[in-house]
Amino acid sequence: MGLPGQQFIGSELTDPAGSVTGVPDPDILIRATGLTKRFGEFTAVDGVDFELRRGEAFGFLGPNGAGKSSTMRMIGCVSPPSGGQLSVLGLDPVADGVAIRARLGVVPQEDTLDLELTVRENLLIYGRYFGLPRPVIAERTARLLEFVQLSERADDQVESLSGGMKRRLTIARSLINEPEVLILDEPTTGLDPQARHVVWDRLFRLKQQGVTLVLTTHYMDEAEQLCDRLVVMDGGKIAAEGSPRQLIESYSTREVLELRFSTFEHDQAAEKLANAPAERIEVLADRILLYVANGDAVLAGVRGLGLEPLTSLVRRSTLEDVFLRLTGRRLEDG
Amino acid sequence: MTASAVPAGPGQSGPAGRPASAVRVPGPWAMAVRELRSWLTNYRRTWRGSIYSSVLNPVLYLGAMGIGLGTLVDKHGVSALGGVSYLVFLAPGLLAAGAMQTATSESTYPVFGSVKWRGTYLAAAATPLRPADILRGHLLFTAMRLAVNAAFFILVMAAFGAIRSAWVVLTIPSAVLMGLAFATPIEAFAISRKNANDFAILFRFGMIPMFLFSGTFFPVSQLPAWIRPLAYATPLWHGVALCRSFSLGTASVAGTLAHVGYLAAIAAGGLILAQRCYRRRLSV
Repeated sequence: MGLPGQQFIGSELTDPAGSVTGVPDPDILIRATGLTKRFGEFTAVDGVDFELRRGEAFGFLGPNGAGKSSTMRMIGCVSPPSGGQLSVLGLDPVADGVAIRARLGVVPQEDTLDLELTVRENLLIYGRYFGLPRPVIAERTARLLEFVQLSERADDQVESLSGGMKRRLTIARSLINEPEVLILDEPTTGLDPQARHVVWDRLFRLKQQGVTLVLTTHYMDEAEQLCDRLVVMDGGKIAAEGSPRQLIESYSTREVLELRFSTFEHDQAAEKLANAPAERIEVLADRILLYVANGDAVLAGVRGLGLEPLTSLVRRSTLEDVFLRLTGRRLEDG
Repeated sequence: MTASAVPAGPGQSGPAGRPASAVRVPGPWAMAVRELRSWLTNYRRTWRGSIYSSVLNPVLYLGAMGIGLGTLVDKHGVSALGGVSYLVFLAPGLLAAGAMQTATSESTYPVFGSVKWRGTYLAAAATPLRPADILRGHLLFTAMRLAVNAAFFILVMAAFGAIRSAWVVLTIPSAVLMGLAFATPIEAFAISRKNANDFAILFRFGMIPMFLFSGTFFPVSQLPAWIRPLAYATPLWHGVALCRSFSLGTASVAGTLAHVGYLAAIAAGGLILAQRCYRRRLSV
């Protein structure tokens, strides 16, 4: 049992034991090689490779059905891989599932809270699953509820909580065993914008504390805000990997010029713009995106061609643009 | 909010990535008890109502059927009942039938709901608990409820003067064993369901006919000869026979062993099947 106040970063620097355990690289917490998951004929995860390092926030960005959740369930040792190699905390998920799960925290896509019990009782039950003694659970409950700003609701039935509060409670619950890796499957899906920001703020704090995070998301802003490194996943495969900045630099331009024309002019404008000085042009149903280094300069050029868009917007490239470039589809399209 | 309020970094096994094979895995029953305690925490909200009905049900049934109907039955001679009054004949049969009901209701909707509605099994499966631990934890809880209900039933029987032997205390383990012979295969069935409507079929074509024709209300010898083997094959008949033999003080070693062996075999087979179904549902 680690000391409650023990901080990962400090202990990493001061504890040299990590290098003599016989594990090749103790800082690689999860390693997948050719990892595959099949359900009958359907291949949900199709030979993915990735490594998760201690202390980083690692994301799987992709639309619904990309294989993100299946990957997370394999990491969480509740779904045996159909092929490839997977090592979690240096152990084999199939043989050592009990020992691995004892050291993981899991925030599932759908809250699995007991709605009829109180906030505190939910944490009590979950803490017992890890075999924690009651006083330890009580002490951590107080701390965790404060962290997720639910102290005042400790003795309320979970049923009465809002969606954002339930999400925060699920996060608190996942921390009851002081996990080495926190796994979050779509942590803010279904929350309103304000509730999402509160959750992001808490996750960001955890990250600053040195907690290793793995998360899936189909929100590019979530991935940009939280992930040090991410993979773009589509159709069960990994399409690209890197930090948000690296991905944007490799797969997109510095700026994007978004043009919106009237319905009648849309196709015609798209034709005329085919030769515009842009690195790449995406013609969407409602907009035309020009990938350029200097948006304002190109916009002036567009007007020079005699085109007058209804609206124009110059913005920086995002992961959404990376995804569009890699898959030809938008994230929300699934 | 101070930073130290957050549990961060490695918890259980230190930062060194110490191989967790050094971490001792608790025994299977210790793990099952963790799940049992979660059911008990839940039960804290409903136990009063549940105890109330485990007293009220026997009172109503023994009053209406044991005494009300029994008065009529007794007038026509009780030789087919083994020479005891209908109340005395009926009471241990109802105890066993009640155990069947408790076991069935505990192993249908609560199991299905723990996956589909409350998601509590899915939550537990993400922790060190294995599917088999989750199953055994719930079976422990079911066994506990069976024992408590049987104990209350005995108290009510005593109040009605329906007990003929001190061996009646052995109806408690009998009810638990028979209940588990129902609970284990039904848990296997319940965890595999996609739709809760399937339970209605189980009740309609399984539980209700068994309740009526397995020797609770009248001896199976009263049934047409061709249908009797079917009644003798039901776990309920063996449970009724066990409980009745203890309540009347007529138990024989051979008979007891036969009934216990039959019920234990079903419970064991059901346990193996249920473990497989739990694993298939919770580890996919």
